[in-house]
Amino acid sequence: MLALLAKEPSSGSRLRARLNDALGPLGEDVNDGQIYVTLSRLERAGFIARRGAGAPEAGRKVYELTPAGQERAAGWLSEVSWPKLDLAEFHLKLVAAAQARLADPIGIVDAQRRELLRRLWDVERAAMAEPDGSQAGLLLEGIVLRLQADLRWLEACERTWMDRRKR
Amino acid sequence: MSDNGSGAPIVRARGLRKEYGSGAGLVRAVDDVDLEAAPGEALAIMGPSGCGKSTLLHLLGGLDRPSGGELWLAGRRIDRLSERGLAEFRRHDVGVVFQAFHLMDELTAQENVELPALLAGRSPRQARRRARELLDQVGLADRASHLPPALSGGQRQRVAIARALANEPQIVLADEPTGNLDSAATLDVLRLLEGLHTAGLTLIVVTHDERIAATANRMISMRDGAFVDEMRLTGGTRGNLAGFTGLGG
Repeated sequence: MLALLAKEPSSGSRLRARLNDALGPLGEDVNDGQIYVTLSRLERAGFIARRGAGAPEAGRKVYELTPAGQERAAGWLSEVSWPKLDLAEFHLKLVAAAQARLADPIGIVDAQRRELLRRLWDVERAAMAEPDGSQAGLLLEGIVLRLQADLRWLEACERTWMDRRKR
Repeated sequence: MSDNGSGAPIVRARGLRKEYGSGAGLVRAVDDVDLEAAPGEALAIMGPSGCGKSTLLHLLGGLDRPSGGELWLAGRRIDRLSERGLAEFRRHDVGVVFQAFHLMDELTAQENVELPALLAGRSPRQARRRARELLDQVGLADRASHLPPALSGGQRQRVAIARALANEPQIVLADEPTGNLDSAATLDVLRLLEGLHTAGLTLIVVTHDERIAATANRMISMRDGAFVDEMRLTGGTRGNLAGFTGLGG
């Protein structure tokens, strides 16, 4: 949400529309209430502030990022260490980074890929060290397959954003 | 880890090129590639199909000749070798493992592994002994008399790896070595390759699969015939394994 606001100050309903654009059918799973609750939480935390009167969209609350919010958004974009790759969140990261020109989506994909490769390296080595028929081997295989799937999707992300950059 | 950064590179390519066709139909399968691998290094070259990685591997293995550039392997410049010199090089200095195994279906596992040693002029007795050792090493001593069609994909690839080692090469090249294998057989092959690396062999694997690439020390990304990125692979996430499964916080 913060990163979406980084592109331009927006009202709640405008943010809703942009979220729908980015998430498609998944956006419908986010209800309006969640958006407004999140906005008021972010406001209380000092990450966003209401824009003063005289704004073009008079009568509506238009939010913009505070410096602390900008820092928080930039931190989120460079974060790679979540235990599991959250597809929707990562996707939003790329969209928000590109729209607000906060960061290069390809760079974000690359950083994430490196992190997943480091994990794969560790998990593969752990799997190779397991004796044949070990119980844990099956669990490690599951982690490997998941990481592989995530890496494949990152490849698709890279291709798509590379094409968009060319246009 | 046996990656000894010191000493001369065992593989060195300068401005390596391979072109097909001409004029408007010219395809630069390998386009001005510089590569160095240290003795004992495990290197993965990754890219989508059609990026030129297999062509590059064929050049490195002396299976195909470059259109330009210079190529040294194991201290020898191989782009200028005669056909005969090249055949000699292929027999002694490199072992190659392919995705499709390329075993002779009419020969037993044992005979397949013996063949390169026999071609290199070893006595039948020496070849037999070496083949037995190798099949034992890849865990297939009890399948020595089987024909390849009677073996599983993973077993066939293990035979192919044993064959690649028949003449004790310093360098093993592998082209999608696990491309046709299921997950368990993939792990077996990865373990074998890791064993070779630990034993000090230089390993170069080309693949489109991150899982294979992730077992190397260094990964190079290839697109449209050229290297676009390189990363040294290390782990360091080990403390978080539980987190990846949802067990951890």
